[in-house]
Amino acid sequence: MSDIKDIIGKICPEATFEEGECLQVNVPEKSWYPLARQLKENRDLDFDVLSAVVGVDWKETIGVMYYLTSTSHNWNVISVKVEAENRDDAYIHSVSDLWKVANFQEREVYDMFGIKFINHPDMRRFFLRNDWVGHPLRKDYDANPEINPIRMDEETNEDDTRTYIEDENGKIVEKPGKVFDEEEYVVNIGPQHPSTHGVMRFRASIDGETVKKVDVVSGYIHRGIEKLTEGLTYPQILHFTDRMDYMSAHQNRHCLCMCIEKALGIEVPRRAEVIRVMMDELMRISSHLLSFGCTAMDLGATTAFFYGFREREMVLDIFEKTCGARMSMNYNVIGGVIADLHPDFQKDVKHLIEIMPERLKEYHTVFSNNLIAKNRLKNVGLLKKEDAINYAITGPSGRGSNWSCDCRKKHPYSIYSELDFDEVLLDGCDSYSRYMVRMKEIEQSCRILAQLVDNIPEGDIRAQVPKIIKLPAGRWYQQVEASRGTFGVYIESTGEKNPYRVHFQSPCFNLVGVMDLTCSGYMIADLITIGAALDFVIPDIDR
Amino acid sequence: MFDFGKWTSAFNSFLLGTGMPEWLGIVIECVIIGVLVLLVYTVLALFYILYERKLCAWFQCRLGPMRVGKWGLLQVFADMFKILVKELICLKGTDRFLFKLAPYLVITSSVVMLACLPWGNGLQIIDWNIGIFFVLAVSSVGVLGILLAGWSSNNKYTLIGAMRSGAQMISYEISLGLSIITICVFAGTMDISALVSEQNSMWFIFRGHVPAIIAFIIYVIAATAETNRGPFDLPEAEHELTAGYHTEYSGIHFGFFYLAEYLNLFIVSGIASLMFLGGWMPLHIPGWDGFNMVMDYIPSPVWFLAKAFFISYVIIWFKWTFPRVRIDQMLAFEWKYLMPFSLANLLLMTLCVAFGWHF
Repeated sequence: MSDIKDIIGKICPEATFEEGECLQVNVPEKSWYPLARQLKENRDLDFDVLSAVVGVDWKETIGVMYYLTSTSHNWNVISVKVEAENRDDAYIHSVSDLWKVANFQEREVYDMFGIKFINHPDMRRFFLRNDWVGHPLRKDYDANPEINPIRMDEETNEDDTRTYIEDENGKIVEKPGKVFDEEEYVVNIGPQHPSTHGVMRFRASIDGETVKKVDVVSGYIHRGIEKLTEGLTYPQILHFTDRMDYMSAHQNRHCLCMCIEKALGIEVPRRAEVIRVMMDELMRISSHLLSFGCTAMDLGATTAFFYGFREREMVLDIFEKTCGARMSMNYNVIGGVIADLHPDFQKDVKHLIEIMPERLKEYHTVFSNNLIAKNRLKNVGLLKKEDAINYAITGPSGRGSNWSCDCRKKHPYSIYSELDFDEVLLDGCDSYSRYMVRMKEIEQSCRILAQLVDNIPEGDIRAQVPKIIKLPAGRWYQQVEASRGTFGVYIESTGEKNPYRVHFQSPCFNLVGVMDLTCSGYMIADLITIGAALDFVIPDIDR
Repeated sequence: MFDFGKWTSAFNSFLLGTGMPEWLGIVIECVIIGVLVLLVYTVLALFYILYERKLCAWFQCRLGPMRVGKWGLLQVFADMFKILVKELICLKGTDRFLFKLAPYLVITSSVVMLACLPWGNGLQIIDWNIGIFFVLAVSSVGVLGILLAGWSSNNKYTLIGAMRSGAQMISYEISLGLSIITICVFAGTMDISALVSEQNSMWFIFRGHVPAIIAFIIYVIAATAETNRGPFDLPEAEHELTAGYHTEYSGIHFGFFYLAEYLNLFIVSGIASLMFLGGWMPLHIPGWDGFNMVMDYIPSPVWFLAKAFFISYVIIWFKWTFPRVRIDQMLAFEWKYLMPFSLANLLLMTLCVAFGWHF
């Protein structure tokens, strides 16, 4: 820690440091970009992953919290706080040329906070319509419905984009641009389309059957979860996590609960920890089975889809018995879990892990080893390891590019450090590897379940928590390994009973960021399979 | 074997015996035949829709339609009436004339092909010396309807679907034609009734042994592609192009495409049974006279339909097992493998015929 402080102090003398959960560096806007370049390129620092970009409105100032991770230095995390100089006409230098993942992240911050990023190649709104008035997550936002009525007309000028650049005098000028040229043949895929896995919209410029460029248009089911949380108490915000990536409901909620427990200093009973981990792994199996089914279906193998769903039903039945619901389980609560296990739980889980190896063999026979499926998935949608790191593609998709990025191994949380399981890595860097990582992770999840199913300790399922939960002033960031990658929760508290700012760093948000990179040069049919193999869930993007 | 030709000629002489002029008799017969063909077309389409829905359900550990009627038997009728009463929508910017013409082109070509099939002993509607050649020619008209549908809808999805369909059907028609020619070389005729009677001693697939079996396999693959069915269902790949060339159609116009698709499945199966499995000809094994006699007691239309349903079953099985291929893979498969193979096979068959290496 002190080494990092020294090096940063040398590069940027005006930086100040705050010790907290992780080292926080405060830098003025002027020195941010040079420091960012050093943070990424200096071998002693080597912060190659931009984990999260969180816009925050501190009332007097407005700015961005960057969370950086160094894969070479023991997955060390630091945060950088950058404040814009002028609150009402805020500018911050873009780092999207250093970390490509910042491209979409900064667009989201611009959309929600109105901070313009200098030198960002494509400074459009990300979620909201381009005729939206105001930036909703600012504390001075006027939510009057008359200002932003439900507009019944089409969105205009969706091809217009802009870049803010500094001229010689240091003055910031706007340079207009176009997303697609006039003569490009643009095919619209979505938001109502059978294989975008939700309400996602892609605009693909094609040449014959070949895709030249993909523009991601998001926000069709954005619910403003981060805005809603600011008006609710901590126990009230838990249920939002089940509704983001509904296929990682348990992991997401686990993450938020851990973040709050960490801030409050609550010790979770052992029984609750074991139950949480088992539920996380069951959720992962269910998610990967869905992913298998959808990949198969997007390739036209409808029968394989039903086979995947047959086993997923069993997992959902287990959830239903214990949690009372098959989706949106609302099971984790602050301090533990809401209800004890159903008496059949152990029996059902044992049955599941007993039949899974055989069923996986069946999937491989019917789909994975099929020649057509192999031809469709192999060498399609190449994503090199450097790109995966630069775009912060975590989860099975990142591990399909041979990037060891499993949060359960890198930042062990809960009881994962005691468990014996392998991180699945494949080096194909293509859709087939991503798909196969998922299939092998099902085996690993079964392995974890087998270790725990007979070792669920007796005891409380919930720790004692105060009636009114108030987090001390401060900021916390917690990551877990959700089904699709590293899920992060950022909470900033001022000591009130409702949070000042909550940000959910969802893995799927980064996944759509590589659609353009992975699809360019492949065919329209490949666009669908690449999307299926990346396996993004739309509500996770449109929080 | 019972000859249905007795009934038809008896009906003919009855009509002429009433003293009406010959042309009027022919007109009346044509009208009756036309009505019968359309009836058979509808009934078969309904049967095929249910057949596929049930089969795919069983492949997928499901039951399929079960609610309307016993085992869901009336489901297809409900669907048909629903589709009949739906509004025909024609969107702004479509070429109205071509848009409305396209489904009729598709369905007409498949009705005409249906009339060429050997339904039974003496139940041959269109029968002339270039019969199978005529079938191939008519089948190419259908692709025109698909291209028109895609083009006139004024929609990017339909256009891509239609272009895929055009490329696919024109490519696979070559292999389809070559495998049929292989059998024509063996049989020495293109006349449909002659092709069937040639198989009296044994079916062509047995008589022509190796080249006939290769031709049969090539035919089934090419026929699957010709009917736009999985794994070659790219023109209407719902996961890429929503519904391909018929995205913008509604009501019975969509129904025409739908019916034609199912009927084309039956027709290619029927032609496969004609070319390789003896058409309506029962299974005869030389020397087993008793067995052949028993086989002859099964009526000829039953033989024909059973063979056609069996081949359809295989093609449906393909669809519900395999993932979909990509356009470049599909075209490469045809031009690099299937067509050279069919040409070599044609040569092999010619040699077999020239040297008499067959049964």
